[in-house]
Amino acid sequence: MSAELTLEAHAAHHPPGMIEGLPPFVVPAKKMAMWLFIIADAATFAGCLVAYGFLRNGTPNWPRPFESMTNAALMTFILLTSSLTMLLGVRAAKASDRAGGFRWTLITVVLGIVFAVLHIREWLELIHRGMTLSANPWGSPHFGAAFFSITGLHLLHVTGGVIALLIVGLGYHAGHRNAEDMEVTGLYWHFVDLVWMFVVPFVYLLNMAH
Amino acid sequence: MDAPDVNSHGAAARYTDTPGKYYMIYACLLLLAGLQFFIATLHLDTSAMFARMLLVAIVEAGLAVMFFMHLWAEKRGWFMFVVVFTVFVMLAMQYGWTDSNRMGIGAPYTQPKAGVVQQ
Repeated sequence: MSAELTLEAHAAHHPPGMIEGLPPFVVPAKKMAMWLFIIADAATFAGCLVAYGFLRNGTPNWPRPFESMTNAALMTFILLTSSLTMLLGVRAAKASDRAGGFRWTLITVVLGIVFAVLHIREWLELIHRGMTLSANPWGSPHFGAAFFSITGLHLLHVTGGVIALLIVGLGYHAGHRNAEDMEVTGLYWHFVDLVWMFVVPFVYLLNMAH
Repeated sequence: MDAPDVNSHGAAARYTDTPGKYYMIYACLLLLAGLQFFIATLHLDTSAMFARMLLVAIVEAGLAVMFFMHLWAEKRGWFMFVVVFTVFVMLAMQYGWTDSNRMGIGAPYTQPKAGVVQQ
């Protein structure tokens, strides 16, 4: 009887599903959803990179078509810089500086677009040199499939991120979105940057022509 | 007792990183990225180069996750959940690597190595 009373008293004081009156991780719902998406997406990219590594390790005539690091280095610099501008945008948003938050977000969007343009330019150059999904002039035909699928998946994320940043940035500027929305979108953008830190060494630098 | 205001407890509401800290992490990330490009210029075999690049990439990713994504500022419970869960999944994916060596001696979809008798 006393136990029932205790439980009733507890239920009266604490919302259902919460321990000690607080959610277990004390993370806002949107942010938690984004983190769970990021974990799942990290597994997707890791799966692609492991499959690529598996294929590369087992293929003796793997091509090394990249003769210059300049484009990859420039793309890396741009994406890293866009992460910094995103941080500054979120920081401005947290300080309720709507103009500053919007301005930094727009700069991030521009950097994302420049990255995408450089990436597409590189693709076109490789296609011009004879590389397709199933063939290339240098060696194993699987290189094209691996390269285009991994970098294409990343480019798709960049494109989605640019669109999301535009929507959230404009919404924040107009007062329809809040700083939390900016932060959650920023998390996604940093993740896109993080993935590139693995794509560059494994897909580009390990395939440099010596 | 009212339901707690979750947003007021969120780490993002209270992190107080200065822009200087962001610039410092950004500079570290640029340096580490530069290190990866430098490693690519060394005349190492592929596995040695891969190991060095992977190590640098993990350090880079750690810095980005902890300080750019502010995981370090989150509650320990959430921090542990993200790190342990993600690392476990990543490690679990590595179980098949040894089998990729078998492909080098003539498994489907590969060209056989010169001088190696196909099984």
